[in-house]
Amino acid sequence: MKTLTALTATFAALVVAAPAHAWQPSKPIEFVVTSSPGGGTDNFARMIQSVIAKHNLISQSIVVVNKGGGSGAEGFLTVKTAAGDAHKVIFGTNNAYLLPYVAKLGYKFSDMTPVAALALDEFLLWVKNDAPYKSAKEYIEAVKAKPDTFKMAGSQSKDTDQTLTSMLSASTGAKFIYVPFQGGGAVGTQLAGGHVDSHTNNPNESIGQWKAEQVRPLCVFSPTRLASTTKVTATMGWSDIPTCKEQGLPVERFQMPRTVWLPDGVPADAVTYYADILKKVSETPEWKEYIARTVQTGQFLAGDAFKAFIANDDKNSRAVFEREGWIVK
Amino acid sequence: MDNLASLFHGFSVALSFHHIFLMLVGILLGILVGVLPGLGAPNGVSLLLPLTFTMDPVAAIILLTSMYWGALFGGSTTSILFNIPGEPSSVATTFDGYPLAQKGKATEALSYAFLSAGFGALVGVIVITLLSGVVQKFALRFSAPEYFAVYFLAFCSFIGLGGAPVLKTVVSIGCGFALAAVGMDSVSGSLRLTFEFDALLAGISFLVVVIGLFGIGELILTVEEGLQLKGIEARVRPSDVLRTMAMMPRHWATLLRSALVGCWMGITPGGPTAASFMSYGLARRFSKYRQGFGKGEPDGIIAPETADHSAGTAAMLPMLALGIPGSATAAVMLGGLMIWGLNPGPMLFVERPDFVWGLIASMYLGNVIGVILVLATVPMFASILRIPFAIIGPAIVVICFVGAYTVGSRPFDLWVALGFGFVGYLFKKLNYPIAPLILAMVIGDKAEDAFRQSLIMSKGALSVFWSNALVGTLMALALLLLVWPVAARVLFGGGRSSAP
Repeated sequence: MKTLTALTATFAALVVAAPAHAWQPSKPIEFVVTSSPGGGTDNFARMIQSVIAKHNLISQSIVVVNKGGGSGAEGFLTVKTAAGDAHKVIFGTNNAYLLPYVAKLGYKFSDMTPVAALALDEFLLWVKNDAPYKSAKEYIEAVKAKPDTFKMAGSQSKDTDQTLTSMLSASTGAKFIYVPFQGGGAVGTQLAGGHVDSHTNNPNESIGQWKAEQVRPLCVFSPTRLASTTKVTATMGWSDIPTCKEQGLPVERFQMPRTVWLPDGVPADAVTYYADILKKVSETPEWKEYIARTVQTGQFLAGDAFKAFIANDDKNSRAVFEREGWIVK
Repeated sequence: MDNLASLFHGFSVALSFHHIFLMLVGILLGILVGVLPGLGAPNGVSLLLPLTFTMDPVAAIILLTSMYWGALFGGSTTSILFNIPGEPSSVATTFDGYPLAQKGKATEALSYAFLSAGFGALVGVIVITLLSGVVQKFALRFSAPEYFAVYFLAFCSFIGLGGAPVLKTVVSIGCGFALAAVGMDSVSGSLRLTFEFDALLAGISFLVVVIGLFGIGELILTVEEGLQLKGIEARVRPSDVLRTMAMMPRHWATLLRSALVGCWMGITPGGPTAASFMSYGLARRFSKYRQGFGKGEPDGIIAPETADHSAGTAAMLPMLALGIPGSATAAVMLGGLMIWGLNPGPMLFVERPDFVWGLIASMYLGNVIGVILVLATVPMFASILRIPFAIIGPAIVVICFVGAYTVGSRPFDLWVALGFGFVGYLFKKLNYPIAPLILAMVIGDKAEDAFRQSLIMSKGALSVFWSNALVGTLMALALLLLVWPVAARVLFGGGRSSAP
């Protein structure tokens, strides 16, 4: 009887004394980056690492590991081999849940625990600076007039750029030749050199060439104009770029979330722990500076809001994948 | 003249005690990661990257680039001493460097390698200094067909030369292409040759294959040939370094040709590895001592080393001017540039001249310091060969496997290295050449991507490869190199060109 009382007391004490975060890292944490060094996801993860280090948000040390093989699938497979290990944090984009559609991989989306999204990377329609088109509408009309002659460059195949190109073609009837290159940098140079007619690079991938007046943006695939008001060229800045909807294109919104994941079967406390840390990261001045410099849209999503975002993005992309016949199995 | 003034300004930025100290640290760390096979410059630089977050950009890039130079130098050391390339770009150095070291002339071999590396790097920096204004326009002319033509040129200059029977070369090159195709295909976005085996998703790492083919394959051969438990009777005299130095001017033709090949391949997207192979191929073709190649001919060390370093250095130019990384290491540095708050691209030269010219000035200094440092270590490294095989053999096995694991932290890679050890042994026993396999693995998938991109752009018309003067010239040159051995035999009579 006495033992029982003692046990109950201990139990009660534990429950009462349990801090806000019952889970704390007990060994060094591994940041698994699903791109090669230098890629957008790599910058995203290393930025978070440097903010955490600067503000001492995590007492354990953090090791960044690049596993970018197979378009990032190599990194996401960590969720299988490290199931239940909350010391492995995986960084990606929407490829986390879209990759398993287009390639037969050893993991399913249900094997991952969503933690948070910290930013939305924007997509713009770019043409060469000396191209005759004044507006996005004009360009699309020109493409429609001569189908299958205009070249749209993008990074990789069956990834965000090609998805957006497909949405654009399906909704406007403008038929492009899609040419896949290795990454946003190569895509940008191809347009600056006049080898292709347009691309849909993220702002950060083409800011240098815009500044040098080699390329210029026609519109941004976002419901509202970009926030940054700094001038890039003598006359224009990011906020001066019209939205594609304003220009009469039927694709209103296309954004790529920068996401953070944990393996399946980790304690719920651990998810909250990381979500809280990342929330703090997203509120630091360094983070805001990074968002402003790379012209992304800072938006912190966790919990149900993040899940709802995923469900919506998944539905839209899946529709494109099905139409294009990209889905494997 | 503008460039020269900017360069002097750059020297005033780079020449500070702090920066020179960082150069020394960077180069020493670089030699360390270069010597260990598998660790390599890209891994070393990304390990060091977090340390630079709090540094100012000029100091940070000096530290990282110095590490890169160090790693390039260090990579040749193990190629020559143990036939294990520390870096992908030092594979071609093994062809003659290792045989020369086996003859007991390790000091000469290492000195040749380091001196020509230093020369190559210096030419590379001079080219950067002179061309920084115009290269951007030139590089913008490169699209998929031009890329393909550059890779094709590299293949033709290396393959066209005599040597192994044609059929065996074709088999070897075919194996290389097949291995390069494993993993995600970026043009179609589908997985190829992975057989739903997760470990193959990321493809087969070229470095791991090299460690197996060369390092482990060589060990198996040595063991079979009756364990030589003695070390090589290498005389290690520091004066040999000076003697080699005096020999260098005799090889001026090879030096110059290789430096030019290197700069060309560094500025165009060929890269250091392709440059070293191409340069080796050309040196062999133009050499009076063709029979000596593969048996320890100094030109066979000088050519790949010079080209490797001038390409590695010149590759910094497209990185700075266009934001396109010319090598894996440059890609990591590019990531660093963004974290330090710089925007790589055409405007970098205009917006941050202190950064760009400080970096270029530091390349001059870094490479001079690098050559002096590595030459000082030659006697030390060369005397490693005197250690009996019973001790050094097991150590090499350990280094090989540690190296294979470090490449991507994948346990599966250990099996790959072991498997390719046996493949390497078989290749040597059956007299199949390994070099074409390596070349196909390194630039095979890039060449394939460029070829398919070209055809997508031209809607399937092969005429795209002759569609403008640039790509047409490159293709014609490549084809000329390909048929040269046959043509030479017809024109100048047979006999001479039958190389071993």
